[in-house]
Amino acid sequence: MKVHFFSQCLIDMFYPHVGMAGVQVLERLGCELVVPRKQTCCGQMFTNSGYNDAAKAAIKNTIKTFEECDYMVSMSGSCAFAMKDEYREVLKDEPEWLERANKLSGKIYEFTDFIVNVLGVTDVGAHFADTVTYHKSCHVTRLLGVKEPPITLLTNVDGINYVEMEQADRCCGFGGTFSVKQPEISEVMTREKAMTIAATGANFVVGGDQACLMNIEGMLDRLHKEGVIDRRIRVKHIAEILNCR
Amino acid sequence: MSILYDERPFKDRVEECLANDFKQKAIETAQNVFYQKRQTLVDQVPDWEAFRTEAAGIRDHVLENLDYYVNQFAINAEKAGAKVYFADTDAEATTYALQIAREKEAKMVVKSKTILSEEIGLNQAFEKAGIEVNETDLAEFILQTADNNPPSHIVVPALHFARKEIRQIFHDKLGYEGTEDPEEMTRFVRHRIRERFLNADIGVTGCNFGVAESGTITIVSNEGNGRMASSMPKTHIAFVGMERLVPDFEALDVMMELLIRSSVGAKISNYFSLITGPAKPGEADGPEELHIIIVDNGRSNIVGGEFDEMLRCIRCGACMNICPVYRHITGHGYGSIYPGPMGAVLTPLLVGYDKAGDLPYASTLCGACTDHCPVKIPLHELLLKHRVNIADKAQLRPPVENLIFKTAATVFGNAFLFDNGTKLGALGMKLMSKDGQMSEWTKNLPVLGGWMKSKEMGVLKTKKFRDVYAEYAANKKKEGK
Repeated sequence: MKVHFFSQCLIDMFYPHVGMAGVQVLERLGCELVVPRKQTCCGQMFTNSGYNDAAKAAIKNTIKTFEECDYMVSMSGSCAFAMKDEYREVLKDEPEWLERANKLSGKIYEFTDFIVNVLGVTDVGAHFADTVTYHKSCHVTRLLGVKEPPITLLTNVDGINYVEMEQADRCCGFGGTFSVKQPEISEVMTREKAMTIAATGANFVVGGDQACLMNIEGMLDRLHKEGVIDRRIRVKHIAEILNCR
Repeated sequence: MSILYDERPFKDRVEECLANDFKQKAIETAQNVFYQKRQTLVDQVPDWEAFRTEAAGIRDHVLENLDYYVNQFAINAEKAGAKVYFADTDAEATTYALQIAREKEAKMVVKSKTILSEEIGLNQAFEKAGIEVNETDLAEFILQTADNNPPSHIVVPALHFARKEIRQIFHDKLGYEGTEDPEEMTRFVRHRIRERFLNADIGVTGCNFGVAESGTITIVSNEGNGRMASSMPKTHIAFVGMERLVPDFEALDVMMELLIRSSVGAKISNYFSLITGPAKPGEADGPEELHIIIVDNGRSNIVGGEFDEMLRCIRCGACMNICPVYRHITGHGYGSIYPGPMGAVLTPLLVGYDKAGDLPYASTLCGACTDHCPVKIPLHELLLKHRVNIADKAQLRPPVENLIFKTAATVFGNAFLFDNGTKLGALGMKLMSKDGQMSEWTKNLPVLGGWMKSKEMGVLKTKKFRDVYAEYAANKKKEGK
């Protein structure tokens, strides 16, 4: 099966190893990957701030780069949602582009959703022997509605001790540019999320949206540095766990 | 009070709220309790989603035929003996209410909880005319006694006060000498208010839903004060938001089931009054006159526009009970009598972007509000629409932000610029970092500094994923796999 791989710009720039984990998991499951070098950003960070006009360059670039695919798999849930759903609003006055966006929309999948619901795999044969909790990112969980797949995949990992945190689907306080526009509010939200994670006893927190993970990681590391949290809790994209053998 | 009670910059309000630990803790605890209670009830309803869809449908039907239902409601209310007045603006509403008060030579008014009266500034108008206004909802009574302290929630407006503080307010303002036991304090208030009910010339109430087929107004309350305010004084004035109508009792039933569950996490409220006209001849209870003031005050401008869905709102407060931003900045962070997600959408529609253009940014767009809304208002999408109007259409954001976003959008929208621009960025970040983490001093930089104050940050990689993958793919090819 031929799959076009959307890494997300954040993974491209900050977390290359996460992208590679995603590639290896999908290849192991029999996918033939295409990773277009022309991909950049889905445009979400601009549309979420209300700059729809400015976002069009990134949006059109994404459509052009991926429209010929059979399947497009996104490593980020929020980008997947933006591309699947939000492009329509931005392009509503450009019928030709709107049609192209609509055509692409149906071919876009979030990483775990693709594995479980397209490939039909619920156990990827991974092994990971530690205590793990999962942050239910807003866009993956609520907006895309991908609720079960990541939990199914995680709990089927050999050796894993999966624990659920309180209010796992409560926003971590990232919110795209919210985190730098309203840093004071973001701080208290992320701190609460970090303390909730710490309270589970887990050594790892896992998610399906690298932006949320970067936000949570930044706070966990700071709180660890300050001695507020007694242990180093590691932050991993779910692909990294699924890539452990 | 008017819609905005605190017009300081958003940042100042938020800073003050974040510095108040008690207020934050109180809201956090309240949210947790509301969440549990509501969720338990929602889980008991066999198909909550279908219920929400039905309710949204009822609201949309009313909004699409609003002229018809306002007319039908008014005709039927008058048939039942009420006098109906349609106020275009807040000023028209208060002027008409004052006119009634003058005719009745009213000296004292009792009120049950109505946010609409806050929106139009009724209390100030009455007080200016020398009429004593008494709030009789316990929470509103506390706020009024505390020198008109602003509400922090639309359903539980005094949520931000601790028991101890309430005792102190009662002591300082009313000479209360008892303990901070809630029952004792409530008994004290009850005693004072009872006397006002008996002597008031006019009772003022809001209306949860007007029923068009019968001209009935309805009041949901837990303290019974709504029933007394609407039946003990000789004159009853009820304020009805123009859009808060349902066609018939069947629709009312659906709305009530959702309203009570969504707002306080209960199946029913203690009191639910249905009032059709004043007391009929020979009836022992009820007012001699019932005046219904239907208030537009900007609502008709929203009908049929891109924010139309906001008018479905039934003021249950479910969105603020789940919002993770409201949880921390509390109602006072919004500076509006309509706080939380619904307030962040509605307030700018009523007062304009120049006064409330910051509110749509008080959200991470996490969508929890949309999920919890009993009438399926896509709140986070409407917040986003506001942002597009503000940033793209009206160009009201700071010029520096505008420039940053547009420049970044050009870079991120072009593969060549992105590839090379991020290489430059990686070099820059390397200079600002130590051991792969951004250095301490970057806390003082704009934008990045906001993040660095509370969170660590890694640096851009000089070798991006695309480069690592290209090498990997080339090696794989070489190995002939």
